[in-house]
Amino acid sequence: MRYTSKDWLLAGLTGVSLAVILLLLAVLLGQIVWHGAPVISAEFLSQSPGADMVSGGIWPAIYGTVFMTLLMTIAGVPVGIATAIYLTEYASPRSRIAKIVRIAVNNLAGVPSIVFGLFGLGFFIIFVGGSMDALLYDDTTPVWGKPSILWASLTLAVLTLPVVIVTTEEALRTVPQEFRDASLALGATRFQTVYKIVLPNARGGILTGVILAVSRGAGEVAPIIFCGAANFLPYLPTDLRDMFMHLGYHVYALATQSPNVDAARPTLFGTVLVLLVLTFSLNLLAVIIRARSRASLRS
Amino acid sequence: MSNLTDAAAEAPNDVKMETRGVNVYYGDNHAIRNVDFDITDRSVTALIGPSGCGKSTYLRALNRMNDTIYSCRFEGRILLDGENIYDRSVDPVEVRRRVGMVFQKSNPFPKSIFDNVAFGLRIGGEKDKDVIAERVEESLKGAALWDEVKDRLQSSALGLSGGQQQRLCIARCLAVWPEVILMDEPASALDPIATAKIEELIRELRENYTIVIVTHSMQQAARVSDFTAFFYMGELIEHGKTDNMFTRPSRKRTEEYISGRFG
Repeated sequence: MRYTSKDWLLAGLTGVSLAVILLLLAVLLGQIVWHGAPVISAEFLSQSPGADMVSGGIWPAIYGTVFMTLLMTIAGVPVGIATAIYLTEYASPRSRIAKIVRIAVNNLAGVPSIVFGLFGLGFFIIFVGGSMDALLYDDTTPVWGKPSILWASLTLAVLTLPVVIVTTEEALRTVPQEFRDASLALGATRFQTVYKIVLPNARGGILTGVILAVSRGAGEVAPIIFCGAANFLPYLPTDLRDMFMHLGYHVYALATQSPNVDAARPTLFGTVLVLLVLTFSLNLLAVIIRARSRASLRS
Repeated sequence: MSNLTDAAAEAPNDVKMETRGVNVYYGDNHAIRNVDFDITDRSVTALIGPSGCGKSTYLRALNRMNDTIYSCRFEGRILLDGENIYDRSVDPVEVRRRVGMVFQKSNPFPKSIFDNVAFGLRIGGEKDKDVIAERVEESLKGAALWDEVKDRLQSSALGLSGGQQQRLCIARCLAVWPEVILMDEPASALDPIATAKIEELIRELRENYTIVIVTHSMQQAARVSDFTAFFYMGELIEHGKTDNMFTRPSRKRTEEYISGRFG
């Protein structure tokens, strides 16, 4: 087909935007790898930071990030999947409760992440933690009512909840209605239908969504500023009530709060590179799972 | 209208399902209007009528599949061996175990052939592997599919041809030992050879099961059914022995539809 001038214009604009996006990505990643890669070493990955934050390694931050991400996943993902199952498989399409839950989920997704941080501080730490302290201990020193890895993880679980719910709902909706009908017509209960037919067929989509949500949560800094991330904590958290170091927060601390910002720059880039590798490998895992589940559906 | 009802269908021992004053609504749409109809045991009853006449809706009322549609409302009584399946105390899951269903579009699960047939048994709580294997074989034989698949029971059901998939769905349905089998245009998506096989199968199954089949094809209704019910605009216009219906329909509408003047 011959291109008209309008087609050329459109093709040109598309090409320009493609080039801009690729260029941005290349510059961004190039910078990080260029400055960050030389810093990466076994010591950098396995040691605690020195007193000046610049020397030494970032192991506590890696450990803290992974630990927090695991806690967040355990706390948030089951709730999200259960909500999505309720919305798509159980609630009637005209149910008022389902409508309210959907509106709430959509609004939750639009809340800026710093607001989640304030929510975590106000709700989890002061209200939940504070109440627990008041009930359990006579002492006035806070045990639960202070920033910790537990509250930070729960805050992030709330943040990732809408993503988990929406992607799980989408995955459940891709399971053909005929499968549900066939299962019900064979005398399966609704629960058996969900458990044996719907969930196994939506597994790939659900896993993909969960991993993308988790990888987003893993890199979030704003929500955990008030809730448990520590500026400098050269030991590993051993208790849910401990504070922890976090790669993203460490980047923020290095960039704004280190005594010598220029000297901190290589460590900064090294930390960013490690964080990117962690989240990218989660994304890669999601891509692989998605490709596999598509392939298994086709065969 | 007793003159329209066949004597055989009225004999109490022969009646498997009785529907009394059945009305089905989809929201404001009155899809089934006051249907009284008896389904004879161990026979094939064909439901015919133009698209949208309510025959599929009526079929889905017989095993409470309409329960899964939220806007759907049911009034009346449907008796299975004299027991009202819409009674409050009756579990629809139990009804669907006794009244199985085969759908218009074959819908095997993306599982192996064996697991498809075994699904109903397993969810019913059967754990004995030998019993399951036996019933799977028996069901596949019952659906005239065993010889074609016995060497590849573990391969995916989605690798079967359309006709084989539909017979697999019939086998899957047989495995839970239903008493009644509902078929919603089971051959409408199949080629003539596969259709012939399904029709032959239906005639064989009649020996042991009560079959209700919705069909668009007059020829198919004439070939496979003992009784025919003609639906139009949600009403049951006429029913009786298939031979009589096709040779001497008593209603003008029926005659017009059967002879292909509308529909």
